[in-house]
Amino acid sequence: MAYDKFTVLTSSAVPMPIENVDTDQIIPARFLKATERKGFGDNLFRDWRYNADNTPKRDFVLNNPIYTGKILVGGKNFGSGSSREHAAWAIYDYGFRCVISSFFADIFKNNSLNIGILPVQVSPAFLDRIFRAIEADPKAELEVNLPEQTITILATGERESFEINSYKKHNLMNGYDDIDYLQSMKEDIKVFADKSVY
Amino acid sequence: MSTKPATLFDKVWDSHVVRKIEGGPDVLFIDRHFIHEVTSPVAFLGLEARHLKVMFPEKTFATADHNTPTINQHVPVQDPLSANQLKALEVNAARYGISHWGLGNPKNGIVHVVGPENGITLPGMTIVCGDSHTSTHGAFGAIAFGIGTSEVEMVLSSQCIMQPKPKKMRISVNGRLGKGLTPKDVVLYIISKLTAAGATGYFVEFAGEVFRNMSMEGRMTVCNMSIEMGARGGMIAPDETTFTYIKGREKAPAGAAWDKALAYWKTLPTEDGATFDKEYRFEAADIEPMITYGTNPGMGIGITRHIPVEDGGSKASYDKSLEYMGFHKDDAMLGKKVDYVFVGSCTNGRIEDFRAFASIVKNRRKADHVTAWIVPGSHIVEQQIKEEGILDILTAAGFQLRQPGCSACLAMNDDKIPAGKYAVSTSNRNFEGRQGPGARTMLASPLVAAAAAVTGVVTDPRTLMAE
Repeated sequence: MAYDKFTVLTSSAVPMPIENVDTDQIIPARFLKATERKGFGDNLFRDWRYNADNTPKRDFVLNNPIYTGKILVGGKNFGSGSSREHAAWAIYDYGFRCVISSFFADIFKNNSLNIGILPVQVSPAFLDRIFRAIEADPKAELEVNLPEQTITILATGERESFEINSYKKHNLMNGYDDIDYLQSMKEDIKVFADKSVY
Repeated sequence: MSTKPATLFDKVWDSHVVRKIEGGPDVLFIDRHFIHEVTSPVAFLGLEARHLKVMFPEKTFATADHNTPTINQHVPVQDPLSANQLKALEVNAARYGISHWGLGNPKNGIVHVVGPENGITLPGMTIVCGDSHTSTHGAFGAIAFGIGTSEVEMVLSSQCIMQPKPKKMRISVNGRLGKGLTPKDVVLYIISKLTAAGATGYFVEFAGEVFRNMSMEGRMTVCNMSIEMGARGGMIAPDETTFTYIKGREKAPAGAAWDKALAYWKTLPTEDGATFDKEYRFEAADIEPMITYGTNPGMGIGITRHIPVEDGGSKASYDKSLEYMGFHKDDAMLGKKVDYVFVGSCTNGRIEDFRAFASIVKNRRKADHVTAWIVPGSHIVEQQIKEEGILDILTAAGFQLRQPGCSACLAMNDDKIPAGKYAVSTSNRNFEGRQGPGARTMLASPLVAAAAAVTGVVTDPRTLMAE
């Protein structure tokens, strides 16, 4: 599925300083029954966001209009648990294009990259600085620069670089995906399969 | 040939790399692909949109498990959304020529139970599925891990996925397990030591006497939960226990093919002197029956212990977790009230788990206030439960056996623990709301689950076992 190209994103951010945010919180299993990829953003963080009677929980960050933007900032070990890509779909569908944390679960990171969300891993100290900047000013903007591989807190100029492999970087900047790449090497795959033990 | 001693993981991974991308991931060939109703429909839509075919339909196997009811499976599925997903799987499988064990099929069951029991899972393979507990199949010395739906589409269309090679970790547990200890306790103990993120970025090999002495069912329980410490997967070197388990299963190699396969499998184990990026060593003597008290699988303790005052993470996250559970720092776990008991899942839904459960409930009665859901992992397991007389023991003790499926492990069907209620579960995740909105889960072994089911409170199973 095509996604928006990612180059430089300048946006305010939504802070969620909770550790081990698992994919069951991002999208509970009972909302995985669709056979199409649409509307998942409505149920993003469903049980943290809404009461059982579907009224919004006032103290949850997504229900606080002060916080907006295309960047979600989470505590360490973000996206642990289930492999459901629906978690990344929900985050994308809600309007986020970048998730920042000091540590991501592997499958969530892969899923995000595959659908056009940039997961940015920063040091624990820099993550703290981001949370503090947003606390001081909820509209504080961050600049995520994929070509340069840097993230900057614009108000203070504090900057850190982040890692991403050059293949995925190229894909995200051009809106390409792995399926295109794999289709282009099908002959090699056929040759390999012929030699396969199984 | 390099003379450097190689690990099991390196041998299997390196033999499946079709292409290495400079500064990028490896293109990895996949031998076996399992699909189920929840994470595959959008992948098939993607194929359709791109006008792609399934490249090797004979390497993909479909089973329905996540959404399926565990009672009255002979009548049409009531929930229209679940019914729709089950139908989509059936239609997609038929359209692309994929083998499909749907609801009602005698081979149906949880994907990570039916793969091994039918001989589809073999040593040295690469195995993926759109489900994080695919790590289960690592018990056979396969590289097996969960993938997202985009990757399901990649495997369907090209039999490959693109993955950076993980780092290697070895976790050794030596000594002998004492009374009342099961593979579940071993893995919950390891996760409690490493934390829920302790193996992120790594592929784990489990080694040492404890795993060598473990049955295949036990090894599957351990590898199943590798993902709960963040690992990409876990694996155990194939040995005689592995070969004995596989031999004669429906899709296992036979005759000359068996001899050839066996010779290959024997070359797989990690060689002496091979190195890992990280190593942990534990002693069996330090492990006691485990139970979790919080909202991630790393929050586990010995059942006789008290809830710690902190877990090394942030205080706010820890306090949030205990508040959700309705527990307090320094509470004893023993004696805590239990409302529900769930035995089943891809973690503990195999025959040995029901044997263990039955060994405790035999000649006892289910506590009146406890609701118990006893759910076999497959129809084959269900049949074994009946043939071995376990069903009679369960019935006499006041338990009912349900029909196979993922059930209350993730509560996508009607098997939901009500808000605020406490469940002792043999499944794999105690996340908030995992077993139903507001449900409070304590993860444990089938023996601990049995002790809770008959006493109605958290109980050390060793106190109910004969000397």
